[in-house]
Amino acid sequence: MKDFWKRFRYNRGAVIGLFILAFVIATAILAPVLFPQSPWKMVQRPFLPPFTQDGLMLGTDALGRDVMAGLAHGAYVSLLVGLVSTIVALAIGVPVGALAGYFAGRTDDALMRFTEFFQTIPSFALAIVLLAIFQPSLTFVIIAISIVSWPPVARLVRGEVLSLRTREFVEAATLSGLGNTQIILRHILPNALPPIIVLASLMVAQAILLESSLSFLGLGDPNIMSWGYMIGAARTVIRTAWWLSFLPGMAILLTVLALNLIGEGLNDALNPRLTRKSE
Amino acid sequence: MTLLSIRDLDIALPVGADRLYAAKHINFDLAAGEILCIVGESGSGKSMSANAIMGLLPQGVKPVNGSITFDGKEILGLSEREMLPLRGGRISMIFQEPLSALNPLMRVGAQIAEVFEAHGALNGAERRERALKLLDEVGIPDPDAAIRAYPFQLSGGQRQRVMIAMALALEPDILIADEPTTALDVTTQAQILKLIEDLRKSRGMAVIFITHDFGVVADIADRVIVMQKGEIVESGSADDVLLKPQHPYTRALIDAIPRLTRGGDVEEVKHTPILTVEGLQKTFSTGSGTLFGKRRVVKAVQDVSFELYAGETIGIVGESGSGKSTVGRCIVRLLDPDGGRVLMDGADIAHMSGAELRDQRRKLQMIFQDPFSSLNPRARVSRILTEGLIAFGTPKADAQTKARELLELVGLDASAMMRFPHEFSGGQRQRIGIARALALDPSIIIADEAVSALDVSIQAQVLDLLAELKERLHLSMLFITHDLRVAARICDRIIVMQKGRIVEAGPVGKVLHDPDTDYTRSLLDAIPGQDYERALAEAE
Amino acid sequence: MIRFILGRLVKAVFILLAILVFNFLLIHAAPGDPAAVMAGEAGAADEKFLTDLRARFGLDQPLYVQLWIYIKGAVQLDLGYSFRQQMPVAELIGDRLPATLLLTGVAFVLSLVLGVIAGVAASARQGSWGDTIISTLALLFYATPLFWVALMATLVFSVWLGWLPGFGYSTIGAGYTGMAHVLDVAKHLVLPASTLGLFFMAIYMRMTRASMLEVSRLDFVKTARAKGLTRGVIQRRHILRNALLPVITLAGLQAGQIFGGAILTETVFAWPGIGRLMFEAINQRDYNVILGVFYISAAMVLLFNLITDVVYVIVDPRIRLTT
Repeated sequence: MKDFWKRFRYNRGAVIGLFILAFVIATAILAPVLFPQSPWKMVQRPFLPPFTQDGLMLGTDALGRDVMAGLAHGAYVSLLVGLVSTIVALAIGVPVGALAGYFAGRTDDALMRFTEFFQTIPSFALAIVLLAIFQPSLTFVIIAISIVSWPPVARLVRGEVLSLRTREFVEAATLSGLGNTQIILRHILPNALPPIIVLASLMVAQAILLESSLSFLGLGDPNIMSWGYMIGAARTVIRTAWWLSFLPGMAILLTVLALNLIGEGLNDALNPRLTRKSE
Repeated sequence: MTLLSIRDLDIALPVGADRLYAAKHINFDLAAGEILCIVGESGSGKSMSANAIMGLLPQGVKPVNGSITFDGKEILGLSEREMLPLRGGRISMIFQEPLSALNPLMRVGAQIAEVFEAHGALNGAERRERALKLLDEVGIPDPDAAIRAYPFQLSGGQRQRVMIAMALALEPDILIADEPTTALDVTTQAQILKLIEDLRKSRGMAVIFITHDFGVVADIADRVIVMQKGEIVESGSADDVLLKPQHPYTRALIDAIPRLTRGGDVEEVKHTPILTVEGLQKTFSTGSGTLFGKRRVVKAVQDVSFELYAGETIGIVGESGSGKSTVGRCIVRLLDPDGGRVLMDGADIAHMSGAELRDQRRKLQMIFQDPFSSLNPRARVSRILTEGLIAFGTPKADAQTKARELLELVGLDASAMMRFPHEFSGGQRQRIGIARALALDPSIIIADEAVSALDVSIQAQVLDLLAELKERLHLSMLFITHDLRVAARICDRIIVMQKGRIVEAGPVGKVLHDPDTDYTRSLLDAIPGQDYERALAEAE
Repeated sequence: MIRFILGRLVKAVFILLAILVFNFLLIHAAPGDPAAVMAGEAGAADEKFLTDLRARFGLDQPLYVQLWIYIKGAVQLDLGYSFRQQMPVAELIGDRLPATLLLTGVAFVLSLVLGVIAGVAASARQGSWGDTIISTLALLFYATPLFWVALMATLVFSVWLGWLPGFGYSTIGAGYTGMAHVLDVAKHLVLPASTLGLFFMAIYMRMTRASMLEVSRLDFVKTARAKGLTRGVIQRRHILRNALLPVITLAGLQAGQIFGGAILTETVFAWPGIGRLMFEAINQRDYNVILGVFYISAAMVLLFNLITDVVYVIVDPRIRLTT
């Protein structure tokens, strides 16, 4: 654990990422306290530019809503969607990959055909189809994102399990009389964990991007203020009020960047084989 | 005439390594046409010294002191550009793993021709012509086909021949061979060693040969350097170092070499079979076997039958691909045999499943080859040793007590319980693996290349431990190995396998000294260092 | 090799069939009357049209008969009728497909070529400031929302600087022909293609860099050095060729993502492709069009995967000669 932290800290980008993420998380948690009013409520005249009025630091949008409040509440939505959909995707991908890799043969064939199907079809288009046909709500957004993002997990886990399965310590565990479940849970998955953790951190980032893209197209939950929605709504007024598109975009960029940086740091810390940029 | 001379060479390891220097105070000379063997165990720094000559040290490792003069010129500290004409031109190099040492995406011919190209020699057609000639010279059977082949299409021995052909292309003064036969079967090893010797004679080329195997050293060396922990502990002519070793480390290494001839007779065991294998079959098929995938079938084990008597050790020997490991894995049912029976106490393990198999398998445990992959890196030793007992219903506290006893039994301290595998050396890990195999009180141990990955001194210790445990615990053992010397040391009977079949079986003395089949004889003849062994025996 | 490709082809056909079944199930899982779903948002279609639809797709017959009718139609490229646009869906898509292929094709080639070059350059000088700059840019592009970068590019290069057109496929009403038309389209293509390519360029760059570094540690690179080859030859002939294999695999897997990205890019730039078509269909709840675009884009992706498979086989003799 100490080594882990030491190696993680060695990656300066990862530490910066951690700070940015901590800030975003704090904003998300504090949003209801700092901006107790609904972010949908009109508070001032529309198109109030940033830094022109106290209490409305980032100004108002085309309908006179507080941009700052929107960003803060959007942080909550982005993180929630990113986190929950990643957890759901892991919950699908890890068992599928583990079973395919461990039992090999027909089980593997069947599960991998299934995974391949979901990986081959254009995932963003699939998410759009799902949300267009069913009514967009936060739950469905999360489900749609999970459905399109689990296949890489399954493939990764399968690959790891496949190589771990033939390792001698797993064979020894079999000979010691351990059951399949015990072997998978106690011997195989713990050793497959590092790359899964790294992938998960990148998946949260991708899920946030995906959520913002869907909201941008108008496929988000219509009752929830999100960064993608804010950009989508401000798109038509970009010539007159460019900052309304610019600010939420920067929020997405920074959050996703932070998560990617952390992912790289985790990779350095957990898979020491390929680390050390310059030596 | 001195061709190469190394003086006071120190090679520093990167900061944070387990020691400061990969090699220190290296001094030696190499004369034209001589074979110099650098011998040592893993981590002795023997490869580093040789790589330093070529300027091919791994990243972060660099020479910090000393000089290397080649042909009267200082070459240590030359720039990359200045080194280019030397590399492959006047000094060339071959490596341990001939598959990974060749570019998988390039044809063999192109990889040889590239040497000429790098040094601006010959034109296209001439390069091809020369490549063909070289392949012929290193004994590749069909050079015309080989030149168009990709590395994966050749056997291990052929790949190493291609590497040698490449190294010889520009008739270098020195060939550096870094463990070139370690990954090869013993008969292939013998052929490659002979090839290197012949080439040395026909071309007057000097050879620096790096190896851990004293048998190989005895067969080819003119002079020998023994290294330990980065320093040269002894050097001299082959006869002096091998027959009159001065340094205690050299002596210990030589004593640790398992002998083919074993002192004392094999004691007679009572012929009560504890394990009977009848007509064992196993076929592997690769390729998906679906509509368009081609199916390739390998008959790994064909009609293998034998009996293991209570208290004896049978060695199953053979080259890679002989099916020896598959036999072991089929018996413990890590693989499911396609046919035949495996009888233990009258019950057929080959056709059991579920709880029945689990209970019967308790008595059959295995010791694995790789001390690094055979222990779960994320489990403490206590869990590794107690897990099986707990799975069979032993209370946790009792299992812990038993685990401590086991550690003591294999010569480790009970404090090892709370540590992780990576905190142990290879030999210690193998001891933990042995303790694990003994945890369930088995009556039969199957050791699959159990000492092959270990240095020779550690190998001797582990073999002694196994022999001792076998006596004390009344175990029977199946000892699977490619190394006939190891088999000679520990086995009562030997089974020789080739291409999935048993070609010969009998008492160790008979098989090793008066074999019935040509195949066994060819295996025996290929073992390096036999003259040396006789000389040693006479000296004693 | 022929076997290998045939195998992939069969697989692709199965996946397409699976997508059709999936589409079919979606129509039936959607809330409301399947006929209404097919016709578009309830109320948009008249009762006679719905009755026709029911009869044509056998909506009063058992499910498997309906499925059969649906698949039979789709295989013959009958993707239904867009009530909103008063046109068969296949025709709508056929009109828009070339623009999408142009956009995604250019973006793909651009991102792959530039990404690989940048990756090679970065790996050749690992740890240098050049590597740091390239890697940092890639990290930024990788984290930037595609639609946002498209908006910002319009703002800067079209609205503020006025260098390039910010929307459309060609200048409306200009009536260019021949070379002038090509140049006009090319000018319109610059912003959409480069913003779409940016994200993928970042991906290919990172993959190439990592793969180059990985391969440069392999034994055969040491052999190449021991031969006396120069650094440049080793980089090109030995490291790059081997390092490209995982990049090709990745490029194949990313094909679907590029189509996904095209939906966003075409929306922002009003590029008349099938992505834009899908966006319009979302707003109008025109399910037949949405599902049709989904089906066709999947088919494109499969075709593209097939091409990358062939490329892979050509590059890697281990597959070419053993299957």
